[in-house]
Amino acid sequence: MKTIQFREAIQEAMSEEMRKDDTIYLMGEEVAEYNGAYKASKGMLDEFGPERIIDTPISELGFSGIGVGSAMIGNRPIIEFMTFNFALVGIDQIINNAAKIRQMSGGQFNCPIVFRGPTGSAGQLGATHSQAFENWFANCPGLKVVIPSNPKDAKGLLKSAIRDNDPVIFMESEQMYGDKGEVPEGEYSIPLGVADIRREGTDVTIVSFGKIIKEADKAAEELAKENISVEIIDLRTVKPLDYEAVLKSVKKTNRLVILEEAWPFGNVATEITYHVQSNAFDYLDAPIVKINTADTPAPYSPVLLAEWLPNHQDVVKAVKKVLYKL
Amino acid sequence: MEKITKEVYLKWYEDMLFWRKFEDKLAAVYIQQKVRGFLHLYNGQEAVLAGALHAMDLTKDRMITAYRNHVQPIGMGVDPKKVMAELYGKVTGTSQGMGGSMHIFSKEHRFYGGHGIVGGQIPLGAGLAFADKYFKRDAVTLCYMGDGAVRQGSLHESFNLAMLWQLPVVFVCENNGYAMGTSVARTSHSTEIWKLGLGYEMPCGPVDGMDPVTVAKEMSKAIERARSGGGPTFLEMKTYRYRGHSMSDAQHYRTKAEVEEYKKIDPISQVLTVIKDNKYASDAQIKEIDARVKKMVIECEKFADESDYPPVNQLYDMVYDQKDYPFVQHKI
Repeated sequence: MKTIQFREAIQEAMSEEMRKDDTIYLMGEEVAEYNGAYKASKGMLDEFGPERIIDTPISELGFSGIGVGSAMIGNRPIIEFMTFNFALVGIDQIINNAAKIRQMSGGQFNCPIVFRGPTGSAGQLGATHSQAFENWFANCPGLKVVIPSNPKDAKGLLKSAIRDNDPVIFMESEQMYGDKGEVPEGEYSIPLGVADIRREGTDVTIVSFGKIIKEADKAAEELAKENISVEIIDLRTVKPLDYEAVLKSVKKTNRLVILEEAWPFGNVATEITYHVQSNAFDYLDAPIVKINTADTPAPYSPVLLAEWLPNHQDVVKAVKKVLYKL
Repeated sequence: MEKITKEVYLKWYEDMLFWRKFEDKLAAVYIQQKVRGFLHLYNGQEAVLAGALHAMDLTKDRMITAYRNHVQPIGMGVDPKKVMAELYGKVTGTSQGMGGSMHIFSKEHRFYGGHGIVGGQIPLGAGLAFADKYFKRDAVTLCYMGDGAVRQGSLHESFNLAMLWQLPVVFVCENNGYAMGTSVARTSHSTEIWKLGLGYEMPCGPVDGMDPVTVAKEMSKAIERARSGGGPTFLEMKTYRYRGHSMSDAQHYRTKAEVEEYKKIDPISQVLTVIKDNKYASDAQIKEIDARVKKMVIECEKFADESDYPPVNQLYDMVYDQKDYPFVQHKI
């Protein structure tokens, strides 16, 4: 094992795949000469040249569509959004073209493309730069949605995403790029659609994904001091979602808390809630609790942002609620 | 460009007449409710396609367009019976009934749709050209759009990127005068659409889109420029559609006199006049062509009528390449 940053995990995954497959290119704003807005493509221009590491103007709609068009006839593009907030001006190409081409053409065209970049809040960036769209993309058939929470998963999942013949939305976080973690030295990949048991426990299951899962870690540590054993499931992929892993854990702990950095209406947490009550109704010893961001645009002021964004104390409270210890 | 010979005129006449009659048949079966959804017909605009096909290298060049897209794939070599069957929603259709009127595709014949979102296909066309340049292929992409689509941001982003990267693409606006029911003059400060190329220093110009000869000549120059590394071109084909935007269009936005005026320069009539004036075919031979066209259209209708609908489980077959994708259950 070696210890690397999350951003290096992203860079290694892309570079290793690009060495093996010359149909892959990386395209986006500041990806080449600037080495990536968050240095996730550091050194790649030097290694692969400007034909494959391609700086673009600020034209998300244009270069997303160019990615999809090129994927129809032989390329396997990686399209970087500086953040997924900016993907909204190109979302037509993702929803109406990338996700639909295969079905609309009767299966004639695959669309092997990865759209990647940071999602969610990243400090006091205000309303337009603090949004999580995992559930938006996950709602759209034709797409797969991946959101790792650590360097090892990021590298292994990104390699699988690049090799996948279907369009993959790959979500990172500005606040994770500096995170360090152990990754295997050699070649490895992690399959899409398989959740990870991040922490084993017996009393309560917490399902989460992405950077916010770190609040679940902190809560679990705190609860352990009170002899409450928490199991944490990291979904890693939200579409397709590993329902089985969630159900298996819930059948063991009989209590479920879902932590998701997203607005509270109609999100991944509500989907899991529906699924668990449908398939494990008799196993539940308490109603499911979900924790989300507030039902408002993200505020700027630190006091308001702290209230808006879920934290480990919210998780502790939720766990105690499903244990009837509140 | 290959010379426009007697054979070319005769082919143009037969092809354009077939496209016209094919669309007329679709209008008829639409009224019978055999074809549903939206239906956008190409009548009047045939010269834009006929001229382009003459200029293209059909062994390698590509085409992509919007939702007025039934006859272009036929021109590229797709079996018209399959196009008709697609509109019927039959399993024998070009997309096995998954696409419908607005979404015709043919990988084999390099026709990349068939796109229902106005302007959404423009970056895709640039993307096809991007891939050809990336792989150092010799192909050129013809990327079509309507006069409405040029007011989308996708056009401007694609123009800039295509010029920046000198992509082998020809952007073609088929200006038929109306974006659905709204005239170009009512939506545009400048009605000379071709001038949109000027802001990107893209070679551009207007073309008489009712005359296949002019279309072929201008298209040939643009294709040659793209193929030889000279980058994109933007051509505005000034054309006209006789039918409504779609079948539900009552056409209150224009007069019958205006439609009749354009029919005087109808592309099929123009080509027929050349054939007759030059005695490229006798009246009997022309009648033979007409009969052949009529028969082919009937065959298409028969094929579509007699084909099966897709099996219900096909619903899940084409969304993902992944064979065991776990779809979410939608009902008990």
